[in-house]
Amino acid sequence: MNRTKGDEEEYWNSSKFKAFTFDDEDDELSQLKESKRAVNSLRDFVDDDDEDDLERVSWTGEPVGSISWSIKETAGNSGSSHEREQLKNRNSFSTYAQLPKPASTYSLSSFFRGRTRPGSFQSLSDALSDTPAKSYAPELGRPKGEYRDYSNDWSPSDTVRRLRKGKVCSLERFRSLQDKIQLLEEAVSMHDGNVITAVLIFLKRTLSKEILFRELEVRQVALRHLIHFLKEIGDQKLLLDLFRFLDRTEELALSHYREHLNIQDPEKRKEFLKTCIGLPFSAEDSAHIQDHYTLLERQIIIEANDRHLELAGQTEVFRKHPRKASILNMPLVTTLFYSCFYHYTEAEGTFSSPVNLKKTFKIPDKQYVLTALAARAKLRAWHDVDALFTTKNWLGYTKKRAPIGFHRVVEILHKNSAPVQTCRDLKDRQQLLAYRSKVDKGSAEEEKIDALLNSSQIRWKN
Amino acid sequence: MAFPHRPDAPELPDFSMLKRLARDQLIYLLEQLPGKKDLFIEADLMSPLDRIANVSILKQHEVDKLYKVENKPALSSSEQLCFLVRPRIKNMRYIASLVNADKMAGRTRKYKVIFSPQKFYACEMVLEEEGVYGDVSCDEWAFSLLPLDVDLLSMELPEFFRDYFLEGDQRWINTLAQALHLLSTLYGPFPNCYGIGRCAKMSYELWKRLEEEEDGETKGRRPEIGHIFLLDRDVDFVTALCSQVVYEGLVDDTFRIKCGSVDFGPEVTSSDKSLKVLLNAEDKVFNEIRNEHFSNVFGFLSQKARNLQAQYDRRRGMDIKQMKNFVSQELKGLKQEHRLLSLHIGACESIMKKKTKQDFQELIKTEHALLEGFNIRESTNYIEEHIDRQVSPIESLRLMCLLSITENGLIPKDYRSLKTQYLQSYGPEHLLTFFNLRRAGLLTEQAPGDTLTAVESKVSKLVTDKAAGKITDAFSSLAKRSNFRAISKKLNLIPRVDGEYDLKVPRDMAYVFSGAYVPLSCRIIEQVLERRGWQGLDEVVRLLNCSELAFTDMTKDDKASSESLRLILVVFLGGCTFSEISALRFLGREKGYRFIFLTTAVTNSARLMEAMSEVKA
Repeated sequence: MNRTKGDEEEYWNSSKFKAFTFDDEDDELSQLKESKRAVNSLRDFVDDDDEDDLERVSWTGEPVGSISWSIKETAGNSGSSHEREQLKNRNSFSTYAQLPKPASTYSLSSFFRGRTRPGSFQSLSDALSDTPAKSYAPELGRPKGEYRDYSNDWSPSDTVRRLRKGKVCSLERFRSLQDKIQLLEEAVSMHDGNVITAVLIFLKRTLSKEILFRELEVRQVALRHLIHFLKEIGDQKLLLDLFRFLDRTEELALSHYREHLNIQDPEKRKEFLKTCIGLPFSAEDSAHIQDHYTLLERQIIIEANDRHLELAGQTEVFRKHPRKASILNMPLVTTLFYSCFYHYTEAEGTFSSPVNLKKTFKIPDKQYVLTALAARAKLRAWHDVDALFTTKNWLGYTKKRAPIGFHRVVEILHKNSAPVQTCRDLKDRQQLLAYRSKVDKGSAEEEKIDALLNSSQIRWKN
Repeated sequence: MAFPHRPDAPELPDFSMLKRLARDQLIYLLEQLPGKKDLFIEADLMSPLDRIANVSILKQHEVDKLYKVENKPALSSSEQLCFLVRPRIKNMRYIASLVNADKMAGRTRKYKVIFSPQKFYACEMVLEEEGVYGDVSCDEWAFSLLPLDVDLLSMELPEFFRDYFLEGDQRWINTLAQALHLLSTLYGPFPNCYGIGRCAKMSYELWKRLEEEEDGETKGRRPEIGHIFLLDRDVDFVTALCSQVVYEGLVDDTFRIKCGSVDFGPEVTSSDKSLKVLLNAEDKVFNEIRNEHFSNVFGFLSQKARNLQAQYDRRRGMDIKQMKNFVSQELKGLKQEHRLLSLHIGACESIMKKKTKQDFQELIKTEHALLEGFNIRESTNYIEEHIDRQVSPIESLRLMCLLSITENGLIPKDYRSLKTQYLQSYGPEHLLTFFNLRRAGLLTEQAPGDTLTAVESKVSKLVTDKAAGKITDAFSSLAKRSNFRAISKKLNLIPRVDGEYDLKVPRDMAYVFSGAYVPLSCRIIEQVLERRGWQGLDEVVRLLNCSELAFTDMTKDDKASSESLRLILVVFLGGCTFSEISALRFLGREKGYRFIFLTTAVTNSARLMEAMSEVKA
C-alpha cells in the first residue's frame, strides 16, 4: 500500500467510511471458525452476558481493543441479537484500524496462531450438535445450552436470515414436513437463491424424492433452483427422475441427449445417440436426432475409409490436399463440403458421395449448390463450377441458372481467384459486371473484363 | 465534437474508494494465512484483481508463487495453498482432488479457499461430500463492485445473465443487494428508487431488508446520488441484440473489451506485438470519441492528427529557451497523444476492414428493417443465407433472435426451416441451444397468440381469482409475447426523420443506432425520470409483461441537494451494452443529469448468445 500513515488514519477515521463493514466480517477469520462453532452452542449463555463480561475473557496480553474485537467477533456469531450485530459492525472497522501493522509482532493473525484445527469438521447442518467443537473455547466454560433441545431455537425466518449471512446453522430441527416446507417458503420469500439451494440440499437429504418432487411441483421458484442445482452437481439420475415425475418429456429427452457431449469416443457416442432416437422429442426434433445419429454413422465410415486412402497415397486429391482435420463430429454442411472436395465424382451409391448426402439429409438445392460451388472453386475445378449452373430443359437445350444470388457466386469465385474466363463461359453478363467491381481498378483483369463485356462475339444470357 | 458536459452538470462521486476497500479486504484475508503461500487464481478473477492490486502487493503479503486455477495437478511445493475463486462447483472438485491427492501421498499442507464475491452452500456441500471439508478453510472476499471508469461500476459477473434469465437461479440477488447496501453506506441513501422487472423487484426488496436489519447506518446521511433505477435485461433484449455503431460499442463488438481493457493485435498496433490498452476517461483521445457514431470518428481523428502536427511544427523557429520549455513541458503529452492517436486510428482501420469484409452495410440494413418491421420476408431470406454460408454461428443466432423478438416469434414454417438449416450448418447439438433460447424467450415460435388470450380470459371468468392467477401464470410462461411493435409505437422508438439524420449533431438517443432506433431500455429510463414514476406508462408496462413488476419508492428527503438530485444510478441486471451507456450519457448532457452505471457485466449481442449456447465454442 502506498498510502502514508496520515492518509490511512484519515481514511479509517473519517466519518464517511465508518459505517462500512465487511460483508460479514465474522467469517473473515477462518481460524476462528472452530471457536465460532463452539460459541454457537453457547448461544444462551453468551446472550445472557453483556459486552463487559465478554471482554473479561481474554487469553493474551494483547491490546484490549483488539482482544475485545476478536472476542466480539467470536461472540457476534452466536446470537441473533440485533444490537450486538450492529455494535460489532460499527466497531469492526475502526478497531481494525487500530490493529497493529501486519509486519509487526502484533499481526492480527498472530492472535490465533498455534491454535489447532479440528481433525474432522461437521456438515453444515450438524455443526451445532457435534462434539469436537466444544473443546475449542474451553476458557468460556461449559455451555449450558449445549444440552438443550434445539427445537425451540430459531424460527424459520431467523434461520433463513442466518443462512443468508453465510452463517453455519443447523437445519436438523426441521423434521416435520410442515416445518421443512415452512423453511423453504421462508427462503423463497427472501429471494436469495443461495439460501433456497441450501434448504433444498437439506430437503433432498431428508425427504424421499417422491415427497420432495410433489412439494416442489407446486413451488416453481424452488423447483427451478433444484433443477439448476442438480445440473450443476451433475446428478443426472435424480434430474431425469424429476423430469419424469413432472411429466416434462421434452426436457427429459434433451437432458439425456445432452450427455453425448461428454462422450469422446466416436463409436460410443454413436451408440449413445442411438439410444436417444426413441426418446420423447417433438416430431421435428426426433428427425434431427435421427439425422445426428445417421451423420455420425456416415462420418465414422468415411473417416476410416479416407484415412486409409490418404495413407496409401494412391489418390491424387488426398496427396495434393492432405486433410487438415478429421471429419468426425463436423456439421452436415461441412461434411458436404468435404465430400464435394474429396468425393465429388463418386456414384450415388457410396456413403461419401455428395449426392447421397443430399438425398439422405434432404439438403435443399440452394445449400447444395452453394457448398459444392465453394468446394469445387477451392480446387479450381472450373469445369465443375460451370456444370453446376447448367441445366437441361425437357427439350434438351442447356440453360444457365443458379438457385443462389449471383453476387454470392461472384464472391466465391473471386475469393478463389477464378479466371475471368469462367464467367465468360457462364455467359453471364451481370456476373461479369459484378466481378468487375471486385477487381482492382486498372488491373489486367479489369481490362480483360472490359474487353469481354464489349465483345460482340458473346451471346449473353442476360 | 465530443459533447462537453453542461457547466451545471453534477460532479460524480469518487468510486476509487471501492478499489481501496477491496484491496484492503484482500490483504486482510491473505494475512489470515500467515507465512509463505502459493496463490491459485481463477482466470475470471485475474483481470478484476489486476485492476485493484498488483503482484508486489501480493508479494508483500507473503504470496510466493501465483498459479492459474485450471484442471491440472498443482506443481506447487508450498506448505500453504490459497485459492481465490468464484463459487463454482468445478472449482470445488478441483480443490478437493488436489487435497485428496496430497492425503494419498501422506502430505499435509494448509489450504484456504477465498470465494469472491461470496461462497455458496452448494460449494461447501461439494467440499463436504469429497471429504475435504475441514481440511480446507473458507473465506469470502466481498469484492463485487469494480469501478471500470469514473461512471461505470461492474460486478464482473457475466454468469448472472444465464443463471437468472435462463435457469431462474436467484443466487446473485443477495450479492447485488449487498453491493447496493455498500453503495448506500458509502454514498448515502437514495431518495428516489424506480425499477422494472422481476429480478429488479426481488433485489430491491432484499436490499431494503438489509437496510432495515442494519438500521441507522444510512440514516442521517446526506444522499449523494438522488435516484436509483433498476432494470432487468429481459425487459429489453432488442437493444442488446443490435450491432453497435458508436465507437466504444464497436470496439467491444470487434475486439471484445474485457474488464475495461482491450487487446489490440498487430493489425492495430502496426507492429508485431499485441498491446493491452485501458479504455477509460483517462485516455484523452478515447474519451472524446467513445460516444461518437463511428462515421464521425475518422474525421475527428484526422483533425486531431493535424492539430498534433501543428503543435510539433511549432518547434521550428523556437529559441533554446522555448525549446527547453517545449521538451520539458509539452513533448511528453504530445508523445502520449501521438501514441493514443495512432492506436485508435489503427483500431478504426481494422474495424473498417473487418466490417467491409462481412457486408456490414447490408447487415445494418437488415437490422433496421427488423426494428421498423418492414420487408420481413427479405430479412428472413437474408438470415437464411447467412446460415447457409456458415457465417459465424453467433451472428446467425443473433439475427434470428432479433427477428423473433421484433415479430413476437417466428412463424412456424420459418422457425422450422431456419432451425433445420442452422443445425445442418453449425451442428446438430445446437438443438440444446434452441431449447435454451426458447426458454429464455429469445427465440420462439409464433403461438396463435390471440386465441390464447381468449382462452385466458374465458378461464379467468370461470374460476376464482387465485386459481385464475395460477392459470394465467402457466400461460404467460408459454406465451410471454414481446409486443415489441406495439411498445415501439407507444414509446416512439423509431424516430420519424425528414431527410438525413445528422449523426454529427445527434438530436436524440437514436444516434447510437444511426438514427434508426431509440434504445428501449434508455427510453423507459428517460420517461420514468421525466414523470418521476410510472404514471401514464401503464400500457407500456403491461405490454412489457411487467404489470406487477414496475415500482417506485420515493422518500421525501430535504437533505438531498439539487446537485445530487441530478445524479442517477442505473442498475442493469443481466448486463448493459456500451450503446446504452452512450445513449444515456447523451441524455444526461441534454438534460443536465449525470448517469452512473452499475451492471452485472458489460455485455453485447455475442456475449448474450454465447451465454445461451450449450456447445462451447
